[in-house]
Amino acid sequence: MPLFTGTDLVCFRAGRIVFAGLDFALSAGEALVLRGPNGSGKSSLLRLMAGLSRPLGGTIDWQSGPVSKDPEAHNARLHYIGHADPVKPVLTVTENIRFWSSLRTGSSDGDSLPLALEKLGIGYLADVPGRFLAAGQKRRVNLARILASPAPLWLLDEPSTALDRAAGKSLNDAIAGHRASGGMVVVSSHAEESLADAREIDIGQFQADAP
Amino acid sequence: MSRFMSIIRRDLHLAMRQGMDSLMVVAFFVIAVVLFPFGVGPEPNILARIAPGVIWVAALLSSMLSLERLFQADFEDGSLELLALQPVALEITVMAKVCVHWLTTGLPLIIAAPLLAVLMNLPEDGFRVLLIALLLGTPTLSLIGAIGAALILGSRRGGILLSLLVLPLYIPVLIFGVSAVDAVIGGFSDKPQLLILSGILVAALALCPWAGAAAVRQGLE
Repeated sequence: MPLFTGTDLVCFRAGRIVFAGLDFALSAGEALVLRGPNGSGKSSLLRLMAGLSRPLGGTIDWQSGPVSKDPEAHNARLHYIGHADPVKPVLTVTENIRFWSSLRTGSSDGDSLPLALEKLGIGYLADVPGRFLAAGQKRRVNLARILASPAPLWLLDEPSTALDRAAGKSLNDAIAGHRASGGMVVVSSHAEESLADAREIDIGQFQADAP
Repeated sequence: MSRFMSIIRRDLHLAMRQGMDSLMVVAFFVIAVVLFPFGVGPEPNILARIAPGVIWVAALLSSMLSLERLFQADFEDGSLELLALQPVALEITVMAKVCVHWLTTGLPLIIAAPLLAVLMNLPEDGFRVLLIALLLGTPTLSLIGAIGAALILGSRRGGILLSLLVLPLYIPVLIFGVSAVDAVIGGFSDKPQLLILSGILVAALALCPWAGAAAVRQGLE
């Protein structure tokens, strides 16, 4: 029984149909890798899944109820990583992450925070202000943010951008750990790397007007 | 509620550390008002006559000055997208940002206003009502401004567009804010004007967070 499904999705952006007739289904513990050339709609699909934009046609459901009915409940069960890393330059790494966790849990206790930083190998950056971070370090902070407060669904838009090999490995470990505990992951990627026994969707197939 | 507070705390924190914004707004307010005696001449009676209007117009302009950054900074670094994806209604997030805007611009303006009133030779009776009118009016300015700030997300040269969107909507606050002070100076009651200002504030409180949140959603799509 899939938990998170999309049926017959049509995505319309900037005056054209990006893709049409796309279906997906995810059960607990599964991963979905989105593939396709640049501009094929990987990010658009992730934004549809997150509820940041609405599909032109089709529905996205969580346990057979449409997610657009209760967007806040949907927000509570997803983590989204987009192209930008929202790390404020004047706040320290800890303050940055703690703010986002406090919005999810409603409290500001951060027991899982040191562990999350450790997992991504940035424990030593805890008290460093965001403005001193390199691009890869900002990405790691963003990843630590989603480790610090649990949510069943991860939507990751090219999460390995700017990461070095070691960090790429800790990302894969984090995804594996998340799936082992019953979480779901959707990753977009144009790199060759792949996740163990993941489903794949080639978005290029669903293009309405092939280039 | 605790989430509302944590957004307020974070934004105040950012405003404190990024620092100069509030001070610049107040400095602009002071300079804009100080220009008038140079422009119209130091005749005390003329200054007293135009004082309420000048102070109010300068307050409108300075409160608008910092509106552009209200959502823009969070929009640029992806924070706004993420704020829209939290289990908090976006309306509450917008309301929190409006509160911070008022605390960092409206409140400093009110504190600076008596000084400028002295400078402009405002009659003594007008001081109390000027402060009350500003206290009722400036939150409305922040609320209305939030809609404008959300509508310009993603547009280049948003600042000018923002002033075109927002300034016409500020006119009712300006009219009743000035006429409340004028009424008291002329020996009449300020009650009707203050009641209307409160009415506008209540209406803005009820409508603006929703309109602002809808505009933010539109901007993120």
